[in-house]
Amino acid sequence: MTELLFWPALIAYGEAAFAFLGETRRPGLGSRFGIWGIRVGWLVQTALLAAQAARAGGFPWQSWGGSLNLFVWLVVAVYLGWGCSPRFRLLGLGVAPLAAVLLGLAGATGGLDVHGPSHYSSVFLVLHVGLVLAAFAGFTVAAGLAGLYLWQERRLKRHDAAILSRPAPSLVALEALVARTILIALPLLTVGLGIGIARLRDQSARTDAVMIVAIVTWALYAGYLVARFELGWRGRRSAYLALAGFALVILVRLALPVAHFS
Amino acid sequence: MSALVLVGTSHHAAPIELREKIALDLAGAGALAQRLADGGEAVCLSTCNRTELYLAAPNGDEAQRRASAALVELAGLDEAELVPVLYRLRDEAAALHLFRVAAGLDSLVPGEGEILGQVKDAFEAGAAGSLLDHLFRQALHVGKKVRTQTAIAESPASVPSAAAALAQHVFGDLAGRRVLVVGAGDMAESAARNLSGRGATIAWVANRTLERAQALAERFGAAAATLDELESRLVDADVVVSCTSAPGLVLDRAQLERVQRSRRGAPLFLVDLAVPRDLDPAINDLEGCYLYNVDDLQAVVVQTLAGRRQEAARAEGIVTVEADAFLDWQASLEVVPAIASLRAHAEEIRQGELARAEARLGRLSDEQRNVVEALTAQIVNKLLHLPTVRMKQAAAAADGVVYADAVRHLFGLGEEEQQQS
Repeated sequence: MTELLFWPALIAYGEAAFAFLGETRRPGLGSRFGIWGIRVGWLVQTALLAAQAARAGGFPWQSWGGSLNLFVWLVVAVYLGWGCSPRFRLLGLGVAPLAAVLLGLAGATGGLDVHGPSHYSSVFLVLHVGLVLAAFAGFTVAAGLAGLYLWQERRLKRHDAAILSRPAPSLVALEALVARTILIALPLLTVGLGIGIARLRDQSARTDAVMIVAIVTWALYAGYLVARFELGWRGRRSAYLALAGFALVILVRLALPVAHFS
Repeated sequence: MSALVLVGTSHHAAPIELREKIALDLAGAGALAQRLADGGEAVCLSTCNRTELYLAAPNGDEAQRRASAALVELAGLDEAELVPVLYRLRDEAAALHLFRVAAGLDSLVPGEGEILGQVKDAFEAGAAGSLLDHLFRQALHVGKKVRTQTAIAESPASVPSAAAALAQHVFGDLAGRRVLVVGAGDMAESAARNLSGRGATIAWVANRTLERAQALAERFGAAAATLDELESRLVDADVVVSCTSAPGLVLDRAQLERVQRSRRGAPLFLVDLAVPRDLDPAINDLEGCYLYNVDDLQAVVVQTLAGRRQEAARAEGIVTVEADAFLDWQASLEVVPAIASLRAHAEEIRQGELARAEARLGRLSDEQRNVVEALTAQIVNKLLHLPTVRMKQAAAAADGVVYADAVRHLFGLGEEEQQQS
C-alpha cells in the first residue's frame, strides 16, 4: 500500500521540479504545472503518511528515513500555505526538487517501513520529533525565502534589464516573510527541544552532539529575531543569518542517524 | 446586406503633419459620424495616432467614396495629397483591423491601454446600428480578452513607469510609501505622477528655488523644501526621484551613508533622471540603497518592450479567432430574413390550425388551452431548430444565399406578397 502511494507522490514532486525548471525559461506555464504537481504530490503523500500511521497504530516516523518522509511533507505544507500565490511561485524552484530528492532518499533509507511499537511513547514522539521537524520545515522554507531575497536583491543591485519580465515578490515582502516564518518556527523548536531535554534529564541520559548543535541552532535563530526586531538588522545581513541557521539545520539532519538514533 | 467599410490613416502611413490636420476631438468625431451615417451607420475613431472612419452601408463603394471625401474636406488639402496615405478596408479586413487596434497591436507601444478607452468613446459618440454595434462591442471584448489572457500590457513602456514598477519590486505595495522629489521639472513631475498613480505619497518636493518647489508640491499636496534640507528629508523617505539641471552631484555617497545609519537599514530606492547625473553612482554600493539612472531604466524599458512584442504574437492569434467569429456572424445575417420568414410562416400555420382545432373541440379550459399551445409550439420549434442551425452554418461557409433561396422556394415564402403586389 505504502509503495503504491510513494511512487505517485515522488513522480508528482519530480514533475513539479521539472515544471519549475521550465518556468525559468518561459515564465507562466511552467509554474502552473509545477504548483499542481506539488499539490497532487502533497495530497498523495498525506495519504501515504495516514496509511503508515494507521498500520503502525502510533507514530511511525521515528527512524531517520521516516522522519525525513514527515519532514518533506511538512516543508511542502508550509510552502503550500502561501506558495501558490503567483509572486511566490518561484520558490517552488527550490521546494519541488528538494521534496523530490528528500522523499526519494526517505524511501531508499527505510522511510516507508512500518516498525513495531517504539520504546518511546507516541505522545513524546509526536511532541518531540513532530515539533522539531515542523520547526525545521519552517526554517527550510525561510532559507528558501532568504535565498530568493538575495537573488532578487542582486538583480536589483546589478540593474538586470530583464527584472520586470518575471513576477517575483518584493524585497520588503520577502524579508518580512523570512522573519515571520522564523518567528513561528522558533517556538515550535523551543517546545520540541524542551521536551527532549526534559526526558533526557528524566532518564539521566547523556547529551549528544546533535543536541548541542540543535541548541546552537536555536540560539542562532533566537539571535536572528533579536537582531531583526530589536537591532533593526535588515536586508542581506539578516538573509545570510537565516541561511547560516539553515546550514545548522542540515547538519542536525545529517548527524541524526549517527549521533542521535544510535 | 450592409457592407463594412473602413477608411483612415495612422502613424504607420502618415506623418504627424498630416495626422494633425484630420485629428478630431470626441465631440467633433461624434458629429462627423452622425453626418456620415445619413440614415446608415458610422463611427469615427480619432486619436493622436490615427483617424479612422467605419461605415456600414448597402453600397460599399459609395460609402468608401463618402468617407474619403469627408477626410479630404477635413484636412483642407488636395485629394492627391491625402489619398495616398489613406487605407481602405472592407468587411473581414476592416473588422480584423479594428480588433487589432482595440487590442493595442496597431499602437506605437504594443498593448498600450489608452486605445481601448478611445475605441469605447468613439463607439458611444458615433451612430452605430446593428452591424457597427456588434463590431465595436466585439472589438472591446477582444481588447479586454487580449489584455487578460496575455501579458502584453503588464510591463511598463516608459522610463517613469519603469521607475515606478521597480520601486514596487523593492517595496511591493506602494501605498503609504513616501517619495522625495528633487527638482521641479516636467520629467520629475512625470515620474512623481507614475509613483502617485501606484499609490505612493509624494511627501516632499525639493528644489534650488523654493518657489518652483512650492508650485509642484501644491499639485501633489506635498511639502516644499530647499536642497539644503535634503538629508533630513531622506531619513523618512522610501523613494527618491531626482531630476535637476545642476551641473554637479546633488547627493553623494557620504551623505547617504549618514542617512542610512539613521534609517536603520530600511531600503531606499533612488531614481536619477538627470543628465548630468544628480546622484553619486557609488550610492548603489550601499546596503539597502538601489540607484537607477536613465540608462538603467531605458534598458529595462527596451527589455519589457521586447517582451510585449513576444506577447503580441499570442495576441494576434486571439484577434484572428475573433475576426473569424465576426465574419461568421456577418455571414449569418444573409440568412436571417429567410429564417425569420420561415418561422413567421410556421407560426401562421400553427395559429390557423389551432383555431380550427378549437372550433372542433368546443370550449377548452385555460389549462387545456395552455397544454395544446405549448404542444404545438414545441412541435414547430423542434421541426425548425435543425434547419435554422444548418442555414446559419451554411451562411458561415458562404452557401447561405443558396440555402436561403432553397428554403424560400420549398416553403413558398414571400410568394403571397409577390402575388398581392
